[in-house]
Amino acid sequence: MYTNQFSYHRVNTVQEAISLLQKNPDARLLAGGHSLIPAMKLRLSDPSALVDISRVAELKGIRQRGNTLVIGAMTTHSEIEDSALLKQLCPLLPEVAHIIGDPAVRNRGTLGGSLAHADPAADYPASMLALGASMKIVGSNGDRVVDADNFFTGMFATAIGSGEILTEIHVPVKTAGVGMAYETMMHPASRYAIVGVAAMVRMSGGVCQEARVGMTGAGHHAMRLSGLEAAVTGKPLDAATLSAACKSLVRPADLLGDHFASADYRAHLVDVYAQRALAAAAGKA
Amino acid sequence: MADKVRIRMTVNGLEQRGEVEPRMLLVHYLRETLGLTGTHIGCDTSQCGACVVHVDGQAVKSCTLFAVQADGSSVTTIEGLVKDGQYHPVQEGFWEKHGLQCGFCTPGMIMAAADLLNKNSNPTDAEIRHALEGNLCRCTGYQNIVLAVQYAAAKMRGEPVTGAAD
Ligand SMILES: Cc1cc2nc3c(=O)[nH]c(=O)nc-3n(C[C@H](O)[C@H](O)[C@H](O)COP(=O)(O)OP(=O)(O)OC[C@H]3O[C@@H](n4cnc5c(N)ncnc54)[C@H](O)[C@@H]3O)c2cc1C
Ligand code: FES
Ligand code: FES
Repeated sequence: MYTNQFSYHRVNTVQEAISLLQKNPDARLLAGGHSLIPAMKLRLSDPSALVDISRVAELKGIRQRGNTLVIGAMTTHSEIEDSALLKQLCPLLPEVAHIIGDPAVRNRGTLGGSLAHADPAADYPASMLALGASMKIVGSNGDRVVDADNFFTGMFATAIGSGEILTEIHVPVKTAGVGMAYETMMHPASRYAIVGVAAMVRMSGGVCQEARVGMTGAGHHAMRLSGLEAAVTGKPLDAATLSAACKSLVRPADLLGDHFASADYRAHLVDVYAQRALAAAAGKA
Repeated sequence: MADKVRIRMTVNGLEQRGEVEPRMLLVHYLRETLGLTGTHIGCDTSQCGACVVHVDGQAVKSCTLFAVQADGSSVTTIEGLVKDGQYHPVQEGFWEKHGLQCGFCTPGMIMAAADLLNKNSNPTDAEIRHALEGNLCRCTGYQNIVLAVQYAAAKMRGEPVTGAAD
């Protein structure tokens, strides 16, 4: 199926991309194209120009800078899945990347594209919240860094403004006593998350010192389960604590529902998957 | 109309040059411009995998890539797997293990499986199924596809293999 017509611009630098976006407010960035092209085929998206950023070298690669891992926005899901550096210093991200779509999707789709697209059922957003990641956004007025907590603002909506580009994702290097896990109920056809919960816990002497839990799939956008984080901090993460804490975490009225999973069912799944994610994270700490 | 864009790529070892509309998908370029109709189109939603080809050695869904994005790349389609008149071990595996019925999904299945075996020469059945998650088959029930890939893996490791008749 053909998309509508558009003009095509391939850029080599972030600055070139920004100036093209400024000249043409209707232009869209093209990263891996694995959300944008399907949407264009279905005429859900109809940009008059595409700015292809896939060959911008400064948007690629994964590197360590002190206690932070800097991941270029154009890093593909496959590169994250296979990264030896991430497996060692932030194992949650390769684990999440491994279950996104299928190998062909992972070979093209990018971390930056997924976060900028902010599909309510996307997998990465929950882990960004659990990890306490932050996003570097560059525009004509310079750059800024936004916390994951303030990045996802609504359904398909983020803190990235028009004419701006997400360039880097920053995640903290895993420290001693930290365990992380992602547990998801996947849609059987698309593999997107019906409900996905990512948990990061810091344990000491069998007691949870710190917990961050992010949820995706169930609501309009990914969000933290702060009540649950508070409820488990200072406690051992045993079955009794977890089953007591993971009850009615979210209200069905705040969730999405469709023919596949009603809002009531999704609310139930949040409790179940939050419990599993915390238990798995504690097991790896 | 949007300006056409000049592209150049190597397809199955041959250099191709042309001018395409930016919206031309790689799969249409391969099928309609180059006449390589072995690559199939099974859906409009990037889900079926009938269109999988290799771009710079990696499996991609050619229905979800504009031809301009593959400019400068090296592309291999199912037609390019035969070497010196010999079927690729995955092609042979599908033949020997009856890994197809109607054959519509087969080119994409084979390209996806070949990509897996390039990265993992000794996959488990579960790893094969995970790697073929993006390839839908309405006929076989997948069991014989997994056997076909195991056959190819064994053959590529240089181990003895037995066909369906044995
Ligand atoms: C069959 C299939 C199955 C999938 N399954 C899953 C799944 O299970 N889980 C999951 O999470 N995802 C899934 N996806 C989506 C996939 O992960 C996409 O790759 C991802 O959502 C978008 O990344 P992209 O690089 O392809 O972005 P594109 O499609 O190129 O871009 C998406 C949007 O983000 C904008 N954009 C891209 N990069 C930037 C940037 N650096 N700065 C600012 N804006 C930018 C674009 O303009 C566009 O609006 C699936 C996709 C397909 C086709
Ligand atoms: S034609 Fe179905 S995934 Fe490409
Ligand atoms: S053999 Fe018919 S679709 Fe797979």
